[in-house]
Amino acid sequence: MNRSSDQYGEFYQRDRSVHPPAYAPDYKTSILRSPKNALISLQNSLSEITGPVFRQDELGPLDNDLILNYAKDGLPIGERIIVHGFVRDENGRPVKNSLVEVWQANAGGRYRHKKDQYLAPIDPNFGGCGRVLTDDNGYYFFRTIKPGPYPWRNRVNDWRPAHIHFSLSGDGFAQRLITQMYFEGDPLIATCPIVRSINNEEAVRTLIAPLDRNAFVQLDSMAYRFDIVLRGRRATLFENRIQGAK
Amino acid sequence: MMVNQFNYLKETASQTAGPYVHIGLAPHAAGFDIFENNFSNVLTTPATRGERIRIEGRVIDGSGTPLRDVLLEIWQANVDGRYNHPADTQDKPLDDSFRGWGRACSDFESGLYTFETIKPGAVEGRHGRTMAPHINLWIVARGINIGLNTRIYFSDEAEANAKDPVLNLIEWEVRRKTLIAQREERDGDVVYRFDVRIQGDNETVFFDV
Repeated sequence: MNRSSDQYGEFYQRDRSVHPPAYAPDYKTSILRSPKNALISLQNSLSEITGPVFRQDELGPLDNDLILNYAKDGLPIGERIIVHGFVRDENGRPVKNSLVEVWQANAGGRYRHKKDQYLAPIDPNFGGCGRVLTDDNGYYFFRTIKPGPYPWRNRVNDWRPAHIHFSLSGDGFAQRLITQMYFEGDPLIATCPIVRSINNEEAVRTLIAPLDRNAFVQLDSMAYRFDIVLRGRRATLFENRIQGAK
Repeated sequence: MMVNQFNYLKETASQTAGPYVHIGLAPHAAGFDIFENNFSNVLTTPATRGERIRIEGRVIDGSGTPLRDVLLEIWQANVDGRYNHPADTQDKPLDDSFRGWGRACSDFESGLYTFETIKPGAVEGRHGRTMAPHINLWIVARGINIGLNTRIYFSDEAEANAKDPVLNLIEWEVRRKTLIAQREERDGDVVYRFDVRIQGDNETVFFDV
């Protein structure tokens, strides 16, 4: 427990070049929802290097199985897939016990949400959400059906590429991240204003999950691999030691 | 000239939480019941030590309109000013009945959000400078491309606030007040009002943490 790598140092400065700016006018909703003032840079204190800790017994056994966790009188319609990967920090170390929460549309591109008016039907056997804690290797997996693309009100003919939303807790509140996973080969990725809000081709590429044949389940499911990187911590503290922190 | 390359990984890019964030993070708000155990905006149990408070407010866009599809999370210390996390080794008691984390959605009609929690104690800051009691707040929604971090301080802590190292980092004194929640008492309940202005007049201070 006392190895320096187990210490909770401050997080590295966030590299904003991999993230979309707050103001991305082709994604119209961002125009009125983006701060105009500069962010105030904070040196980390205990408030940033700590964060909520979750327990396995808070989750149910089917929480990471979207094929079964809302099945009422049959299975959901669509391509059966496994999505899996590792959550690591910028140092390449596994992020253990991170809460990974996912949500998505059904195979027809319709969300189970009272505000979704799209005419594609709700699937009575599909809820569209799941959650899992990463293991000691930072590994997670869940089973689901491949979501469909859908139209949305932005420009008149904008369609979202098929995607799964991901939320990650990390183990410090400053690591908190929400992102979206896309699927290899989807032609809608290139023109999506939400994807294009990221001005960094390499950063976009890391959101596109490749087909992972090694993880296919024979005569059952295809698989996609999505590795995620959260912010890394300093291991050596020296003059940057944070008061009250291990 | 070629030099050795660092092998740090790059953080995964953020993407907006979108309008349907509730499905994944608060399915009851989306309109259905799926998980046995749901995370909520109530941080306390009867065993939790400390003064019960409610935090409520709206998140307002650049046109002055409240966001009605926003999701907020708070992270705070317990009544003695200690975080329930192994990195916090301050010599203060833990409260096993208090994780210190909660999640709330704004109301689809009024845009109002609420948290039921306790008022946190003061936490040690950098260089031995005590931070005034505060709650860390994180905000995501459709149209927000990367989560916004800010802090909630308390109007009845004027003396501690005046010495707080983070509030004092804000060069424009006039902007510090955007982080102060106003205390009021309503039918015996303590309510702190905290409106967040994402853009425009009196824009809330957001932090790059």
